[in-house]
Amino acid sequence: MQHGKYRFIAGFLAPPLIVYAVFVVSPFVQAFQISLTDWSGLVGSARFVGADNFVRLWESDEFWNALRHNVYMLAFVPLVTLALGLFFAFMLNVGGRRRRNEVVTGVAGARFYTFVFFFPQVISITIIAVIWFNIYNPDPDDGMLNSLLGAVGLDGLQNAWLGEKSIALWCISAVMVWGHVGFYVVLFSAAMASIPRDIYEAALLDGASRHHTFFRITLPLLWDTVQTGWVYMGIIALDAFALVQIMSVNMGGPDGATDVMPLRLYLTAFRDSQYGYAAAMGVAMLAVTMAFAVLTLRFARRERIEY
Amino acid sequence: MATDEIHQAAGPEPTGPGPTGSGPTGSGPTGPAHRVAEGPAGGDATAPAGRGPGRAGGSSTEGGVLNVFSHGILVLWALMVGVPLLWVLWSSFKDSNGILTDPWGLPTVLHWENWSNAWDEANMGRYFVNTSIVVGGSVVGTMVLGSMAAYVLARFTFPGNRIVYYLFVAGMSFPVFMLVIPLFFVMRDFPGSSLLATYHGLILVYIAYSLPFTVFFMTAFFRTLPTSVAEAAMIDGASHTRTFFQVMLPMAKPGLISIGIFNFLGQWNQYLLPMVLNQQEDKYVLTQGLAMIALQQGYENDWGALMAGMVIAMLPVLVVYAVFQRQVQAGLTAGALK
Repeated sequence: MQHGKYRFIAGFLAPPLIVYAVFVVSPFVQAFQISLTDWSGLVGSARFVGADNFVRLWESDEFWNALRHNVYMLAFVPLVTLALGLFFAFMLNVGGRRRRNEVVTGVAGARFYTFVFFFPQVISITIIAVIWFNIYNPDPDDGMLNSLLGAVGLDGLQNAWLGEKSIALWCISAVMVWGHVGFYVVLFSAAMASIPRDIYEAALLDGASRHHTFFRITLPLLWDTVQTGWVYMGIIALDAFALVQIMSVNMGGPDGATDVMPLRLYLTAFRDSQYGYAAAMGVAMLAVTMAFAVLTLRFARRERIEY
Repeated sequence: MATDEIHQAAGPEPTGPGPTGSGPTGSGPTGPAHRVAEGPAGGDATAPAGRGPGRAGGSSTEGGVLNVFSHGILVLWALMVGVPLLWVLWSSFKDSNGILTDPWGLPTVLHWENWSNAWDEANMGRYFVNTSIVVGGSVVGTMVLGSMAAYVLARFTFPGNRIVYYLFVAGMSFPVFMLVIPLFFVMRDFPGSSLLATYHGLILVYIAYSLPFTVFFMTAFFRTLPTSVAEAAMIDGASHTRTFFQVMLPMAKPGLISIGIFNFLGQWNQYLLPMVLNQQEDKYVLTQGLAMIALQQGYENDWGALMAGMVIAMLPVLVVYAVFQRQVQAGLTAGALK
């Protein structure tokens, strides 16, 4: 049956490979090319400018401003999201008190909680952005959050939220956390389910508290998962495009306080038609993303625990 | 994870490692998908630990200050997630005035006209049809092209096999943002006619961007399927093509379902790609339509219709999630750990 083999392989591989090469691989290569030109989108008008775009980028306060916001998010969002995810997953899998036959068990209703928590993960980011836009509505009576604070007597905490320069970025970061915690609950639950029960049983017999169980057993055994989850969440924090575009005042406002790299790239390319310059931003974003992933994996590495 | 179900469905080799896709071949992610696939005792009764214990509760006491505290946080988070989503639902029955002036109030009169306004006047019906056409085409296309490539890469040795495999897998790490500018021009200057704002153009792009993970996932899956059945079919005179479509694809059904749901959700909710490649209003997909209405929303606009539109956009996803809850969770978490 060997004679037809190569024809079959070629026939099966060619269609997916062509589609992939045209729409993914070739843009990837072209991104580097375009970033070295002053292209404004008209065919034949591109001029090779070498590293000019990158020099301009280096000197651009706007881009540094956007990058700084991404870095703030990169520090805040994964930390909070993963911490909450770990806490909830622990509660739902190990946190319950002893029951009849099981020593290690989650709290009652774990399935329900998992179902609800995960839900934001499956709905569109556009919908999430519109919902939170309404929650953050600055009007003390119309805004959901402000009217809630008013109703419970915390008028002092009422705020303009997205309209307030000092907190707008954190309001958007909070939405990111809100949307992704459920995902990590499921992820860490799956990893926790594979930790042998007898390790917990032995620890409990020795009188370990839940606090001990978590820090001495669960967290070390979950470290690989935490690390991968960190990289994944960090990449999401480097994006934030849809949330900022839809929720923020004047796209990235007030006064640039929520601007992020992808939004900058999008506006530079598709509003200002400076495609060469925008492509250079794309290359810079690739570099930032790679640097982040490499650094995380390097510094978070620990001896892997076999069990 | 749906290890146990997949085991049964995979049939012919019940003792094999759980082919949940990524782990068993060793080339998969080193993360949890791997561990889960090999899960507790290969998917026996203890496998869904952490998902089941809800039932076990009840009679036993869960006292203690700590439990009250931590249970309180769980309830609080459930409310923080659940209430905004329910708010969309109940707001879709209120008039704009009610949504704006009394955001927490339940509708006094059910304004069903929001739904017809959303469908007709806010063009949600049109966007829904556009989304269905594009996602329908691209999910089918992704599954067919993805499993063809994966099957060949998993089952045949030929020069360049590894190179092609890694070329596909590398695509998972390209940031889409970096690619959109050149992609826009690839589409605009496509030989023949521009692919911008066309159904087939968008379908091709969705397929292309779904291929890396699909090929990765399905290659791992095909490797776990037994060779004997395919060999028997070949000896009986079936061609390679026929063996693939009539023997291997049916056997790969559990994997196809997982990755199919994963692609459906991702493509249904896609925002950036249509935003750049589909800037023509009559071709808008739901996410674009909603974003446009939300961005233009002023005082005189129809908030009720926007809320109804959001429910319309969420419904298919909600149904898929409710029905395939475990596969969705398994697929998405495996998907993240590419």
